[in-house]
Amino acid sequence: MIVELPGTSATAINKKLDELREQSGAVTLGRVLTLVIAPGSDLVLEESIEAAIAAGHEHPSRVIVVMTGDADAAEARLDAQLRAGGDSGAGEVVVLRLSGPLAGHNSSVVVPFLLPDIPVVAWWPDIAPAMPAQDPLGQLALRRITDATNGADPLACIKSRLRGYTPGDTDLAWSRITYWRALLTSAIDQPPHEPITSALVSGLKTEPALDVLAGWLASRIDGPVRRAVGELKVELVRNSETVTLRRPQEGATATLSRTAKPDALVPLQRRDTPECLAEDLRRLDADAIYFSALEGIDRVEYL
Amino acid sequence: MSPARGAASAAQWQNPLRDKRDKRLPRIAGPCAVVIFGVTGDLARKKVVPAIYDLANRGLLPPMFALVGFARREWTDEDFANEVLKDVKEHSRTPFRQAIWDRLAEGCRFVQGTFDDDTAFGQLAETLEKLDAERGTGGNHAFYLAIPPKNFPAVLEQLHKADLAHPQEDHWNRVVIEKPFGHDLDSARELNQLVNTVFPEESVFRIDHYLGKETVQNIMALRFANQLFDPIWNSHHVDHVQITMAEDIGLGGRGGYYDGIGAARDVIQNHLMQLLALTAMEEPVSFHPSELQTEKIKVLSAVQLAQPLDETSSRGQYTAGWQGGEHVVGLLDEEGFSKDSSTETFAAITLEVDTRRWAGVPFYLRTGKRLGRRVTEIALVFKRAPHLPFDATMTDELGANALVIRVQPDEGITLRFGSKVPDSTMEVRDVNMDFSYGSAFAEESPEAYERLILDVLLGEPSLFPVNAEVEFSWEILDPVLDHWAEHGKPDPYEAGTWGPASAFEMLRRTGREWRRP
Repeated sequence: MIVELPGTSATAINKKLDELREQSGAVTLGRVLTLVIAPGSDLVLEESIEAAIAAGHEHPSRVIVVMTGDADAAEARLDAQLRAGGDSGAGEVVVLRLSGPLAGHNSSVVVPFLLPDIPVVAWWPDIAPAMPAQDPLGQLALRRITDATNGADPLACIKSRLRGYTPGDTDLAWSRITYWRALLTSAIDQPPHEPITSALVSGLKTEPALDVLAGWLASRIDGPVRRAVGELKVELVRNSETVTLRRPQEGATATLSRTAKPDALVPLQRRDTPECLAEDLRRLDADAIYFSALEGIDRVEYL
Repeated sequence: MSPARGAASAAQWQNPLRDKRDKRLPRIAGPCAVVIFGVTGDLARKKVVPAIYDLANRGLLPPMFALVGFARREWTDEDFANEVLKDVKEHSRTPFRQAIWDRLAEGCRFVQGTFDDDTAFGQLAETLEKLDAERGTGGNHAFYLAIPPKNFPAVLEQLHKADLAHPQEDHWNRVVIEKPFGHDLDSARELNQLVNTVFPEESVFRIDHYLGKETVQNIMALRFANQLFDPIWNSHHVDHVQITMAEDIGLGGRGGYYDGIGAARDVIQNHLMQLLALTAMEEPVSFHPSELQTEKIKVLSAVQLAQPLDETSSRGQYTAGWQGGEHVVGLLDEEGFSKDSSTETFAAITLEVDTRRWAGVPFYLRTGKRLGRRVTEIALVFKRAPHLPFDATMTDELGANALVIRVQPDEGITLRFGSKVPDSTMEVRDVNMDFSYGSAFAEESPEAYERLILDVLLGEPSLFPVNAEVEFSWEILDPVLDHWAEHGKPDPYEAGTWGPASAFEMLRRTGREWRRP
């Protein structure tokens, strides 16, 4: 059910929410977090809501989307749209559009909608503030999620995350390659138990997930890590073997090869946003490994 | 690095990419092959095979994985893969995805033979060797014995002869066995010895699927992660504990296995004893598998039956009746049971835990077939408040406080306490506070088998009972089994009820009542 509330107030919205909840039978007690989404434009709006609803299957949340309506309007104005029941999956979605003088005050508008006690997560699906934790919305949140993939210059974006880093920050480019990391790690578990002497990460120039993957490798191994633009693959070199994980750019099946061992195929699709988001919501503590991966990017040799 | 140094450090080799703080990283099993004996049986088709697919679907199986079936049927590898596909589609928890299946199907092999057929085991060894070469399974093998225990000796012997059981440097061979682990202490010891002559204890994984259940693992989280419950988790506050596993199904068609075994051996010895151990044990020093086992063994060694057994135990056998609107026959008329079978289908016992924490708190364990509904729960029933500043009329409807861990279905926790009834008078009545897994975590929990099979492949033993636990459980249970064998027959109870009258009397003698779960 979708309800439009043009030119409204927080009190009226909350009242309507209670009403909807009674009608649809959904209970707030089951929510495990409040997810605040701050899209920079309408382009990513629907996609972000869909991702939040999909992730809400694993993490039932109240989703609050807050964005700027008409910033140049003379009068302060709050327009809201509520989605509950079938249109919002397990949770409920509140879309808030702020116009006029109100546009700069998104955090104050959001506060009345935060559920008691449970954690708040802020997510910027495209344009993120330079210091997420200093942003008024970010200050409300325990976890702050950015997405360098949708940034104007993905590489610059992911590189800039280090400067703006505060424990609790994370980027969806990082969760995008979790399974790549898991496969590489378990391959290195196998003998020969030799140190990794060098690594190569190659792929699209505009895929920041690969940069952070290279940064992660640089933070973990003693030896050069190179980042190239070309076919999609990761190569780990040990004294007596090379482990390669490669995948056709658009493919869903990757090949894991090791020196003198048969190749193995493995399903390895590019992770979509809902999956990445769901992973990021799974743990709300600081991700120290992400931080060291960001630091590692500086040590990566760009070819 | 010199070769000598490399060899020395192999044992303590640290994967540079692994970090304990890296909580995102799923643990993927290393290269391996799973061999299922009895792959045409119900257990394999409904539980083991679907769980393997679910693991693959969650990305937790290695790219170098193979599934080998061993059975009498004359199947080719393709026939076997097709059968597996059928089971996967019918019984898996996660949605079917062709891409995942294609990878799994590539590694499906079938070996045809019987358990006394040396050549078949020769073929099995050959198949595994070929898989190591073609698929890179690395010589790591898990043998899943999804077969009746009477066939264990033959299969173990054959594995030994085919040289498939020995752990070798850099690769492992593990064996997975399912209950029953014997039918009394002596037979359990015999079985353990037999298994251990072929596989060392650290390579033996005994599946008690209850331990793979999310709620059962949550008992430890509830007890040891919270400050709220520990202070009352003892005899100062707890009056008694009831552990119930009730099933609504009957035993039609299971006579061959069940006749002569009975409810106590089938359920109490393993599932309920493990639930008791987790409920009653002290806090382990750490969650290291050996520490956990130490605590479980310690508490089981302090458990004994309450005497006299005539008054503290009860057993029953279901008779014809109406269950949930359907007429069902009694056990004696079930196919496969003799007309004078004295096998019990309901068993209840009273246990004492002789520790400071639990002295004087009886633990009542009961299980049965054809009971009111399918439910498993652990209920801590608390003492009544020492003084009630109310008139008796005000607290007429107030029962004892209870904390109930609902293991299945509707997994969760219920807290039962008194609350004022809304009205101008002061009247107190029992109410429930409910935590349900389903509403706090909408994501479906993995099946117990997924967790346990993955743990086998990772060599992570914490959720598997060891020899000592199995033997202690039998030691506890044996006296009542002997007592029952010597005295009388099970008491009849009507199908669809909560057991024989003797079970209710057993609690009433001490002024207590069974909860209706």
